[in-house]
Amino acid sequence: MNTTYNLKRLRVNLTDRTWKVEPIDLDEAKKYIGGRGLATKWLYDAGCATVDPLSPENLLIFANGPLTGTNSPTAGRYMVITKQPINNKIGSANSGGTWGARLKYAGYDAIIFEGKADAPVRLFIDDDHVEILDASDLWGKKSTECNDILRDIHGEKSNSLYIGPAGEQLSMLSCVMNDTDRAAGRGGVGAVMGSKNLKAITVKASRNIVDAYDKEAMKAAFKRSLDLFKENGVTSTGLPTYGTAVLVNIINGIGALPTKNWQEAHFPEAEQISGEELAEKYLVRRGHCHRCTIGCGRVIEREGREVGGPEYEPLWAYGSNCGVSDLPSINEANFQCNEYGLDAIGTPTTIAAAMELWQRGYIKPEENKDLPPLKWGNGEAIVEWTKAMGEGKNELAKLMAQGSAILCDHYDAPQYSMSSKRMDMPAYDARAIQGIGLNYATSNRGGCHVRGYTISPEVLGLPVQSDRTETSGKAELVKLFQDLTAAIDSLGVCLFSSFALGAAEYATLFNAATGSSLSPEEFLEAGERIYNLERLFNKDAGMEQAEDSMPDRVLKEPIPSGPSAGMVSKLDEMLPEYYAVRGWVDGFPTKETLERLLIASEVTN
Amino acid sequence: MITVKLFATFREGRGKEQVFDEQVLRTPRDICTELNIPPDSVGILLINGFHAAFDDELKDGDLVSLFPPLAGG
Ligand code: SF4
Repeated sequence: MNTTYNLKRLRVNLTDRTWKVEPIDLDEAKKYIGGRGLATKWLYDAGCATVDPLSPENLLIFANGPLTGTNSPTAGRYMVITKQPINNKIGSANSGGTWGARLKYAGYDAIIFEGKADAPVRLFIDDDHVEILDASDLWGKKSTECNDILRDIHGEKSNSLYIGPAGEQLSMLSCVMNDTDRAAGRGGVGAVMGSKNLKAITVKASRNIVDAYDKEAMKAAFKRSLDLFKENGVTSTGLPTYGTAVLVNIINGIGALPTKNWQEAHFPEAEQISGEELAEKYLVRRGHCHRCTIGCGRVIEREGREVGGPEYEPLWAYGSNCGVSDLPSINEANFQCNEYGLDAIGTPTTIAAAMELWQRGYIKPEENKDLPPLKWGNGEAIVEWTKAMGEGKNELAKLMAQGSAILCDHYDAPQYSMSSKRMDMPAYDARAIQGIGLNYATSNRGGCHVRGYTISPEVLGLPVQSDRTETSGKAELVKLFQDLTAAIDSLGVCLFSSFALGAAEYATLFNAATGSSLSPEEFLEAGERIYNLERLFNKDAGMEQAEDSMPDRVLKEPIPSGPSAGMVSKLDEMLPEYYAVRGWVDGFPTKETLERLLIASEVTN
Repeated sequence: MITVKLFATFREGRGKEQVFDEQVLRTPRDICTELNIPPDSVGILLINGFHAAFDDELKDGDLVSLFPPLAGG
């Protein structure tokens, strides 16, 4: 009986340059849904929690979900699962574009890389044909050129993912890039690829459809989802017209737009870096991932060529967080981030931290000769320092390419790294929005909004409004969003589909695709299982409960001005309740919780 | 006086900002009627940066922000 799983994975040993195809167990796949969940299970079982992330012993897994490549809306995602170097935690990055779907069509649900090549290599897949090729000519190439060269060699119907110079230099801010401007970002997953001397993976496939278990049910679920997309103002108009960039004015409007490395939370010049401004002056057209009807991507023009424009996160991080209101500089800095394969959140947040170190006299002018001063509002600095970090141009740039935690430690000023678990927090001030702070603090991979995007209820009123200033009820809310997100990611669909769809629609799609019979509650429970397994991974990796926290600035320094003036995060009120609703003690799942989630037998210590 | 800020598609034909007299338009609902914006087409309504209801009483100096249904990530 067909399912949307291929039930095959490719295992590539880079040390001896061999590969083999392995079967995937259907029951195990269903239990962990696929993608993020299933690959985490493999990583955990392989004992990667205790290895050095940049050693040959770490596994680097690329996995798609059961819905990747199907007609389900937004279903083009693949995930990169590995132990991430930025903080020695579970690495779990996710990207759109077309690469993930192409891998599905070629006949694989995942590729597992082990070992390390002795010289730069790349992988080429064309259905059953698999080749490990020399990549010394590609080493050092940036995203656009790398993508163009691989397209020229393998044709228009191929898709490639690759690392840029940042990944080659083992930057903790390096991403895996695909389709030029799509990134599986955060955590330094690009450095894991670089540590293995793996530059790129190109995939071709002779088919472009996936067989579902129940084709009629799949068609009906697909149609229902599309109807919901059309009825929903966000997925039908909001995201297509303005992309994520539209959040700049909203988040600034409530006084939650971190400004100058979180010293403030309101940026008077926000309008100049807003989604409205971007759409009016620079937008050429929308960008779509594989078969996505929303098309939230921003395509702008640069030197006569269409390139990806900034999303909300880089608009914020290069913009208000660096005090910059010059949109052309932000567009250029964002482009350079993609070119070097740098994290478009962590790179600008590290520049912001450097600007605060400059402001306070830790970084001396002589340390950045040849480069523009790291002064608030300096548009030239955000562009030039991004390039310098990508190139490893001088000692300070090399240090900055390791992220704000390492940078601030170096100056003995860790308080200026706005990070949680040593990964920088994103674009929503946790003092002004209580639930998102609890989510940052408890995120398994470190400061991240897309583990549990409570901005939906707390700010956008989706599906219903929750008071952003309240702490009560946030523990349940954060758990719900984290579990649902783990399940959605694992399916291989974009998180933005959840503005219109709920657990019931996802469960219906999953069941039709794979022959499962999950209720919406069981679908959520699968997400909870994944979240708990990630936590077990972190426990084995040496995580301590105290790491479920945020910087003192967020916990103790009230927002100085703007609509949310006077607020701080009340994490200490929410965290004990969160552990209680999760069935965790001291930050980790109890035996009873693991038994309830049917993962008690996985525990390795 | 009340300042009303408009965002995204609400700017079409209305501009970015308008000013009203709170003696005349007493609630966000009145403002929506004046601006020909059906309340059910409003995604987010803020008064001074906090989520508010259409029938909340407005006072001198208030800043009202109106957004259509929007989201991001
Ligand atoms: S909503 Fe945006 S990010 Fe998500 S799949 Fe569609 S185009 Fe890609």
